[in-house]
Amino acid sequence: MHALLGENGAGKTTLMNVVYGLTHADEGEIRFDGRPVQVGGPLDAIRLGIGMVHQHFMLIPPLTVAENVVLGHETAERGVMDLQRARRDVSELAARYGLEVDPGARVADLSVGIQQRVEILKALYRGARLLVLDEPTAVLTPPEAERLFEVVHQLTGSGSAVIFITHKLAEVMAVADRITVMRRGNVVATTSPAESSPPELARLMVGRPVLLRVEKGAAHPGEPVLEVEQLTVEDDRHQAAVDGVSLEVRAGEIVGVAGVEGNGQDHLIEAILGLRHAREGRILLGARDITHDGTRRVLMAGVGHIPADRHSMGVIADLTVADNLVLSDYDRPPFARGIVRQLAAVLEHAKRVIRAFDIRAESPEQPLASLSGGNQQKVVVARELDSDPRLLVASQPTRGVDVGSIEFIHQQLVRRRDAGMAVLLVSSELDEILSLSDRVAVMYRGRVVAVLEGDQIDSDRIGLLMAGAAA
Amino acid sequence: MAWLQSVDLVSLASATLIAATPLVLAALGGVMSERSGVVNIALEGIMLTSAFVGFAIAYVAHNLALGMLASILSGMLIAALHAVLSIEFLVDQIVSGMVINILAVGITGVFYQSLLQQGVKGPGTLPIWKIPVLGSIPVIGPIFFQNGMVTYLMLVLVIVVHLVLFNTVWGLRTRACGEHPLAAETAGVNVKIVRYVNVVASGALGGLGGAYFSIQQVGQFLPNMTGGRGFIALAAMIFGKWTPLGAFGASLLFAGSDALGARLQYLGVRVPIQFLGMLPYVLTIVVVAGAMGRAIAPAAVGRPYRKS
Amino acid sequence: MNGTLARSLSGRFLLPLFSVLLGLVAGAVAILLVGANPLDAYTALFQGAFTNRNGFTETLVATIPYVFLGLSVLIGFRAGLFNIGGQGQLLLGGIFSAFIGYRVAGLPAVLHVPLALLAGMLGGFLWGAIPGILKARTGAHEVITTIMLNYIAAGLLDFLVNRGPMSDPHRAIPQTPAILHSASLPIIVPGSRLHLGLFLAILAVPVIWFLLERTTIGFRIRVVGLNAEAARASGMSVAGTMVTVMGISGAVAGLAGAVEVLGVSGVLTPSLASGLAFDAIAVALLAGGNPIAILPSALLFGALRSGSSFMQLQTQVSTDLISVVQAAVIVFVAAPMLVRFIFRLRAGRAAPVSITKGGLGQTPPEEGVA
Repeated sequence: MHALLGENGAGKTTLMNVVYGLTHADEGEIRFDGRPVQVGGPLDAIRLGIGMVHQHFMLIPPLTVAENVVLGHETAERGVMDLQRARRDVSELAARYGLEVDPGARVADLSVGIQQRVEILKALYRGARLLVLDEPTAVLTPPEAERLFEVVHQLTGSGSAVIFITHKLAEVMAVADRITVMRRGNVVATTSPAESSPPELARLMVGRPVLLRVEKGAAHPGEPVLEVEQLTVEDDRHQAAVDGVSLEVRAGEIVGVAGVEGNGQDHLIEAILGLRHAREGRILLGARDITHDGTRRVLMAGVGHIPADRHSMGVIADLTVADNLVLSDYDRPPFARGIVRQLAAVLEHAKRVIRAFDIRAESPEQPLASLSGGNQQKVVVARELDSDPRLLVASQPTRGVDVGSIEFIHQQLVRRRDAGMAVLLVSSELDEILSLSDRVAVMYRGRVVAVLEGDQIDSDRIGLLMAGAAA
Repeated sequence: MAWLQSVDLVSLASATLIAATPLVLAALGGVMSERSGVVNIALEGIMLTSAFVGFAIAYVAHNLALGMLASILSGMLIAALHAVLSIEFLVDQIVSGMVINILAVGITGVFYQSLLQQGVKGPGTLPIWKIPVLGSIPVIGPIFFQNGMVTYLMLVLVIVVHLVLFNTVWGLRTRACGEHPLAAETAGVNVKIVRYVNVVASGALGGLGGAYFSIQQVGQFLPNMTGGRGFIALAAMIFGKWTPLGAFGASLLFAGSDALGARLQYLGVRVPIQFLGMLPYVLTIVVVAGAMGRAIAPAAVGRPYRKS
Repeated sequence: MNGTLARSLSGRFLLPLFSVLLGLVAGAVAILLVGANPLDAYTALFQGAFTNRNGFTETLVATIPYVFLGLSVLIGFRAGLFNIGGQGQLLLGGIFSAFIGYRVAGLPAVLHVPLALLAGMLGGFLWGAIPGILKARTGAHEVITTIMLNYIAAGLLDFLVNRGPMSDPHRAIPQTPAILHSASLPIIVPGSRLHLGLFLAILAVPVIWFLLERTTIGFRIRVVGLNAEAARASGMSVAGTMVTVMGISGAVAGLAGAVEVLGVSGVLTPSLASGLAFDAIAVALLAGGNPIAILPSALLFGALRSGSSFMQLQTQVSTDLISVVQAAVIVFVAAPMLVRFIFRLRAGRAAPVSITKGGLGQTPPEEGVA
């Protein structure tokens, strides 16, 4: 069992996508059984004996297990499927590898752990000798993960090879035979649990922080602006994505939330902003309980939001820069009188903001889509900061942004902090967190596993915590 | 409720089954198309055009069977057009369907006006076949086993489509394409081909539905003779939760309420017939709004699938 | 005029023009197939639409409802909604306005006409808001609900007017009593059927333009149509906007019905403005999302419709030919342009996505605390 270890964005999935034929390599070669091979698509990979279980399952929910497993490789008598035979074959295969599953069950009714087994069965049914599992435990509960390891053990025991993509140190140490660590698209090391240790691996994964430090004086935090108490938020599958999180952000400080994406940060932010329902717990803005407030109320109460994905949530590409800058305030004076928009005021505002934030745009009336990524993000940042919120919730604020703009945005954030704004910063870029935060909360599996300040803020330590190892 | 006794239930049931024929056929077509992921609201237009073509060929060739065949073929051709527009050129599937409906009214109107004078007599209508033995069973006999060819085919096709959809390789792949085309593609299914074939098949079914009007029932083509039944068939498809048997049942319900209304009116019962006529539409809204359980269409239907 | 503006204008003119020409070619093919001469047919069409006596006024009469109905569909498109319910909304508008028109006596025209028109808008508004609410709260697809409501409206109208509560007891044919003189739209060109509705139609265009481009409501509509997610994240109520849009769209269609009743027919019959709403989809598509372009687009279809009866008289080519032309125009407009249009409706996605989100079943209403 070969573990492929690395942070988000290290290139692990991309590498395996090339092996499976979903993406194409620009250079280099792949050798299977000692011979160089061309993998043009998944069908080629399947023919070679490579199977892949993706993070997002390729299962068809309303169909049964047996139907899903045999799809595309059905045994049929003149077009009529032999469902009995399919079910039997699936049962036999399942028994052989210890993957208990009911072939007649509808996939939609199964738990995620069992669904994953079906995916594995799919690959085995097609004769996979090499099985690639992409972040398989990301969606499993601990007992389900245990079962998975047993299955992997069975598979390797019967001669199959398994590549296990993960960012979780603990698992790797417990289960892998060999480990390859990747970072920023390169292989950094190949080792084994015996020859290495968690701190060593963490350091290899995270590397030395790039010195993208911003000039930052000490913080002078005031009263708490945001208080999150025992918050529990469910995801679309009704599992707790945020599990009893308590957090506090005071005026004049930047609290960074470190963590690999998908550990609950997005759901936390959505709950704070009223975009998602909180099942338990409270969210307080100053003295006000905003737990169940709608987005509009929250924004009007003085909260700014830089969304993680500006394309889906932050901007409207086809609207002008000027219109984008008033997306939240378009219906209030001075931008509107009653229902009539005051376009001159919108334009003036845009010109002012463009100057103040050094946004590279020819005219405020050009479509936002014509701006570079970095400048588009600046528009989002400018819009949110310009309304002078008490609390700014910034998620991946510099993703897809050029270095110059990154610096600018960081400086803006620090300047506002000094002026008394409270900032909740979520980022999977550890460098950004380290460089900006006064305090760092690390999220793992929906919980805040540690809140560090001052000297405690250390990249190795945070890296370990992010990867699920104990502090 | 004395009037209930005066309604001849057997004749009501028989009339219902007959009237349901085009609904069922078009609904079956809708099921096949949508199950593979393509919205097909062109069934109304397909039926109308096929009714015309079928009659025209039957008239020219003095042969009803050939006319029926022509109906089916014309349905397939028009559906192929819809498929090409929406699958290949990525035209919005609803727009493409509407185009065909508009075109159908236009083309049949123009050709009818110029080529067929009013009231031209074709080679009659399809004979009623009484199946020996089975046709003589009291009650069931007259309802099921004394019908025209199209109705018989309809009954058979309900079962056939059901078997195909749920028991064959083709049906499995079709359903996969309608729910999660990406997963189907990675499993080795050619989504495009599956969709094309299913849409053309839906055209064949719709075409046969068109034959019901001009060849089985009336014996000639009249402008707009389908009267919106293609849309009711869509309602039946939705009400039947995209299954052949469900579509059959829903069509019977809709046709039945219509037939019942006609009889009641004949008996002078004071139920405004228009409200009974509205029943299918109201029911459909109720279903689509989820008041009777979620009306979940195949998950990927309506969205053009692009191979990455 | 900077470069991008000029380029987009020329693109905007050429494509619809091209589509119309191709549509006429398609029509010509159909004419040939039935053995008539396309030149004769189109000449007759042109004469019927423009040069014959009363030809032009009849064309304008036919254009009026197309303007309203086209605007109605267009408003829906801008919000990413496909309102095929124009026919039903129009009928409800006709019903409400006819009721005020023949039942309320003793009002001066200056009050009666606006009242009747407003009633028509109310009727259409209600019939449009219903599918809007259904979509917002249950995710029910607006294409299906509006088509169903069309049929329900037709049934309702038949019930009311065919020996029903609104029917004229002195007449055998199904119709309401005649609209009172005080509610009728006056004829503006003596000797023709051209009525005041023309001015209303022409006025409606800048009003709708203003609504979409210069008001906060219009801004919200456009934002929701371009990117509903971002709209929600900015605090806009997507559900509320949908209801508003469908309501306004319905109201404008209702106005079409009201204008037809009060200005053209003078009574309400079951065949009110039959088939116009489907044509209007073509009108809206051809106008490409721009309210101002609705005017020439509506005029084109109005001319086709009014000229076709003369064409049928002269060359025996059925009036249904215009449906052929229409369908062809839609296809040519819809294939490249709709794709581009949709690119702008769903910004940020690489592949063209259909206006119809998913199939005819339910799309789950979006989550959120709001």
